[in-house]
Order: sequence, then structure tokens, then C-alpha cells
Amino acid sequence: MNGSEALLKKLKENGTDVVFGYPGGVLLPLYDSIYDCDIKHILVRHEQAAAHAADGYARASGKTGVCIATSGPGATNLVTGIATAQMDSSPVIALTGQVGTPIIGTDAFQEVDTIGITMPITKTNFQPRDSSDVPKIIDAAYHIASTGRQGVVVVDLPKDVLQNEVTDEDMDAKLEIQGYKPNTNGNPRQITKAIQTILNCKKPIILAGGGVILADASKELVEFATKANIPVATSLMGKGSIPEDHELSLGLLGMHGLESTNNAVTDCDCLIAIGCRFSDRTTGKVSEFAPDAVKIQIDIDPAEIGKNVDIDIPIVGNAKIILEKFIGEIDGVNHGDWTKQIVSKRWAYKPKYNFGCVPFKPQECIKEIMEAITPETIVTTDVGQNQMWMAHYFKTKNPRTFISSGGLGTMGYALPAAIGAQVAKPDEHVLAVAGDGGFQMVSQELATIKEYDLPIVTCILNNRYLGMVYQWQVLYYNNRISQTELAPTPDFVQLAKSYGIDAVSVEEIGKLKENIMEAFDQGEARVIEVKIDSSELLPMVPPGEKITKIVGEYKQEE
Amino acid sequence: MTNKHTISILVENKTGVLQRIAGLFTRRDFNIDNISVGKTSVENMSRITITTYGDDKTLEQIIKQLNKLIEVIKVREMKPDQTIRRQLALVKIHAPTEEDKSEIIQYTNIFRGKIADVTPKTITVEITGNPDKINALIDLLRPYGIKEMTKTGTTAITRGQKTL
Repeated sequence: MNGSEALLKKLKENGTDVVFGYPGGVLLPLYDSIYDCDIKHILVRHEQAAAHAADGYARASGKTGVCIATSGPGATNLVTGIATAQMDSSPVIALTGQVGTPIIGTDAFQEVDTIGITMPITKTNFQPRDSSDVPKIIDAAYHIASTGRQGVVVVDLPKDVLQNEVTDEDMDAKLEIQGYKPNTNGNPRQITKAIQTILNCKKPIILAGGGVILADASKELVEFATKANIPVATSLMGKGSIPEDHELSLGLLGMHGLESTNNAVTDCDCLIAIGCRFSDRTTGKVSEFAPDAVKIQIDIDPAEIGKNVDIDIPIVGNAKIILEKFIGEIDGVNHGDWTKQIVSKRWAYKPKYNFGCVPFKPQECIKEIMEAITPETIVTTDVGQNQMWMAHYFKTKNPRTFISSGGLGTMGYALPAAIGAQVAKPDEHVLAVAGDGGFQMVSQELATIKEYDLPIVTCILNNRYLGMVYQWQVLYYNNRISQTELAPTPDFVQLAKSYGIDAVSVEEIGKLKENIMEAFDQGEARVIEVKIDSSELLPMVPPGEKITKIVGEYKQEE
Repeated sequence: MTNKHTISILVENKTGVLQRIAGLFTRRDFNIDNISVGKTSVENMSRITITTYGDDKTLEQIIKQLNKLIEVIKVREMKPDQTIRRQLALVKIHAPTEEDKSEIIQYTNIFRGKIADVTPKTITVEITGNPDKINALIDLLRPYGIKEMTKTGTTAITRGQKTL
């Protein structure tokens, strides 16, 4: 068997049955092997979408996603998707083609230093120089991408390495990785200390991040929070770690968080951060973040502990394992008064969704989306205002059903991530929510949706602006609206229809909901454009300010 | 408080490992004052010694981030009082007169350096030792006119029986 066949066999052995890719010159040997292999290949229309789709696939399923791109521009087009997945710790393997080993370094046609380019945006990367190394490197790539703090591994494959022979012995060889031993169990002394602190504190808050979802620890989180009677705030990445209609759920913390939640975290005397890296969007001004709290941080990555916020009790470990230990030790705690007070303040906040006006208010769109879908529906978002409206107003009920580019904030994420999610979960409904800006960055992927009959519903919240940047220009740059107006936007209905996809522009209250439900019922893709009121701004914590300092007011039901 | 730190890193001897480490320092805004790389007694393993400046928090992050690199096997801060640190310097000095030469040779002997080369107009001194000692000699030689100087990065090993 040759390098390509060995590679595909190893993908299969490691549980991959679908890949997202785009062929090219040096990948001809690989695509020749793909021609008669039983791994399904989804042909995207731009390599960036392959990376986002593999990422969306990983986030929806928990399995490692795989994307493929050719050398040179193929690899550089993957870069945004690789960085996106890596920032949010999504397990992805990116396979890139490379020119043949004899001509590496000669500036050959479509040659680029993929290893050098992807070094700072991956967990690690490999370039096998001999076909015999391919199998063990692929095994190692899966191991590294999917364990410890998950992330992206790039394997850069020179053309001749894909062509030359691989033996059966090579298939069984193991790559020894001395420097990689993730610690998952936590230090027992720190765990005991944390439990004592939780038992003795008066005003605890849990801050759940994406690590809870990555560790599949949502059940344990809810059990621990309930047993210890502690309210749970989440970061953007933690959305879905606790059902957001759960009594103890405080919803989103941070720049666009709930005011009551930002206040609660600021006032707490014990902050239990689980799988959360204290991004600047979550903490606001770090020196005034939960200033009186004893801070406990549970994270699989030791480098995250104390990186941004000083920590009193560090626990390096897997969120699920640590939470199980907590659950076993916590009994009969009562933070009754505090929790009652925090929870009642949280639920006293009744965001206004009903405006009944056209153009739609974004809040009204979110309401119709929530009414149209089930708790299992997977929702992907783009980046910007559309994402923050969803983050603030949309109630996620299940882990792995809210998929969004958190760390890197990549516009154009929603649609390709939805493709990955739909491929991972063919039986679930998938809804992509994007703005008009982000959608236009990846609209070519409608062709992919059409080709594979993916019943994805795409909702374009069209405000004709790069809304988030526009908002900052209004608030902080003297209303000088510089290059953020995108009008005239294309006719999205015509655009989608040209790809053979049903599309509609809704202009009446109730029609968004109706269209989403109808498309899901019919099991067919649909693009729904909603022209929304561009003047609606999100209240926010100004950058660098304390999180209690929210500018603007979230509208409430009268 | 910003301090000078010496860090020893044991790495797998693979292509690009130095680039990974240097890249990490750049990306995370850590600084490298000097660096030395060489083989160890174990095949396929190299040892990198980095001298860096930073406060305790920065040092902690440097060590943790280095540990995340797959090729990194061990990282340790080398505490000054438990560490033997050495550098090598080669210094070419302007020495046109016999008097200059004899003074330079005397200084070099005091510092247990060697004369590596002599020409009618120059003298080249080789000195190894801890960085402070080397700097002290260089300060003495500077008034004669240093024409050229090259230094290696610091390399370091623990005192006593303990190993990395």
C-alpha cells in the first residue's frame, strides 16, 4: 500500500468516516486513493470552509474533525479555520499537501512553509519525510488532538510521501512522545482544599467555560451545582454547559453579559471557574474582577491557571473527573440565602423580546428562533452583533448545541460550521445564524449544502452593517461610521436560489418562526433573510472597564 | 519585579524544535537575553539554556508554555545559587605595542583566560566562566579598543548530585 492508502486506513482506524476537503496538485495521489475508499469526502467550495466544517463537526459530535487542503494556497486558506479551532480547543486534524521532498525549500510551484506558518496556531504539527512514518504520525495526531486540552494538529504531507510504499510493520509502529502526558486527575490536596473552601464560603458562584462542554461534563456540572446549591454563570464557550432555563443558570457573563450576572460574580466570595480561561471579554478589567473572591480554577491546561487572573486554588485536571470528585464530597451545603437572592435577581430580569415592529428588532428574531426549534437543534452563529444577541438572549438547553467562534471571533464561521455539525448529526436540525457581512464571506458554501442535500436552515440577520464595529464607532468613535456600511447588500433570496436552495425574505412578525419550522419539517435547506433594525445596539461593558459598568440598558418587558 | 532567570530545557532533537521555542517566546512577548543549544549524553536529546528577564508570573508562564510544546521533555528554572553557569567569549583587542600586549596577557592570566591568537596589531583572548567574570574582563579590555567580540549563550548545570 502507498502513503495515501496508509493514511486513509489510519483515519478509518481512528474513527473517522467523513472528511472535509478540497483537492489540488500535490494531493492527486491522495485523491486517487479517496476515489475508492469508504471514507466520505465532503467537497467544500473554499478550504477555509473545510477547516470550519471539521471544527463544527468536532464541536457537535465530540469526535476529532478532519480537513484536507492542498499545498501553498490550499494550506494558507486553511489557516483561519485552524486558528479558530485551536483558540476554542476544538479537536481537528488538518492534512495539507506539500511539494515533494526533493524540491522542498526551492520555492517550488504552490510551495509554502506550512509547518512554519501553522506552528503558532496549532497544538503541534508534523511533516513526515518518509512514507513509513505516515501511520505512526497519524495515530499520534489523533492522540494529541483529542486528549488533554484538545486542539489542532497539522500533518503536512509531501507528494512523494503520499506515493511511496508503506509496509504492514509501518502500520503497527508507534511514535514515542516523551514530552506529552496530560494530567487529568487533579492534585488531591488542592481538591480537598477546594471542597473545604466551597463548604465554608458564603457567596459562591460557578463560572463554567467551554472546558465543561469539551469534557462532556455538563451532567456533572448541573449535579454539582444543584447539590451544592451554587448559581452558574457561563462564558460564551460555556453556553449550553447548563440548560439556560435551569433555575441556577445565570446566563452569560462578561462584556455583553447579564447585568445581574456580572454583579453576582463581582460580589461573590468564592469563584469556582471550570474549564474557563478568563478571556478579556469575560473578565473586563482584571484587577476588579471578583475582587473579594477566593478563586478556584479547574483546567486541563496548567498554563491557563493564573495566566490572566490570580488563582488561590489551582486544580489541573479534566472537568468531568474533578466534578465527580466534588460531587462525592459535597453534601448538605447550604448557601441558601445568597443563592436565593442571586437567582431571584437573575430571573427578575425579563428581556424584552416583543416589539412587534418591522423592520424586526434582533430580539424579536431570537424569540422566533427559540420558538421554532427544539432543545436538540444545533445552532451555529457567526461573529459580531448576531453572535452577541444570540449569546445574550438565546437560551441554550444542551451542550454542543451552541456553536460559535469564541476566541478568534471569525466572521464567516456560522455556515461552514453548520455544514460540519449537520454532517456529524444528520438526524438533528441545524440552524446557522449569521449577519449579512459574515454570510457574504462564505456564501459559496451554499453549493456544498446543495450538493450534499444538507437540510441546514440559514438565518441572515441583515442590518446592512458590520454591526459590531458600527456599534463601537457610534459609541466610542464619535459616530464616525468608517467603512462599516455594507449596503447595498445582494439579493440574498436570488443568491440562494441560484444555488438551487429555497430562500425567502421575511417581513412580517411570526414569519421567521414559520419559515424555520416549515423548512425543518420538509427536511430541506432554506435561507431566510430578515432585514433588521440596524439602530438597535447591544448594551456593553466598555473595553477595559469593570464588568458591572454596563453602558446602555437591556430592554425589559414592562 | 523583573529578574534575570536561567531556564534549562530538555528537548527531543527534532527539526524545527528551536523554531518552536523561539516562536513561543516571540508570540507570548517573553524575551530571550541569550540562548545556547547543544547535544546531551542521551542520543536524540538536546539541551537548550535560555537566559531571560521577567517577573515571577512571567517566568511561571514561560515554564508552563514551554512544557506544552510536545517536543519539550523537561523544563527547569536554574536557581543562581545552585547552578554552575558558563559562557565563552572570544575578544579581539587592538594591541599595537608590546606594552599593551603584556598588560592584556596579564589581565587574561588573572582571569584564567587564554591567548588564542596574536598579530602585530591585535591580540585575541579566549575566556570562559560565569557571565559576571567575563564581563569584568571585558571591562578591563575595553580601554585598549575591542575590535571584535563574540560570546556564546550561557550554558548551565546544577551543582551537586541533582540532575535535570
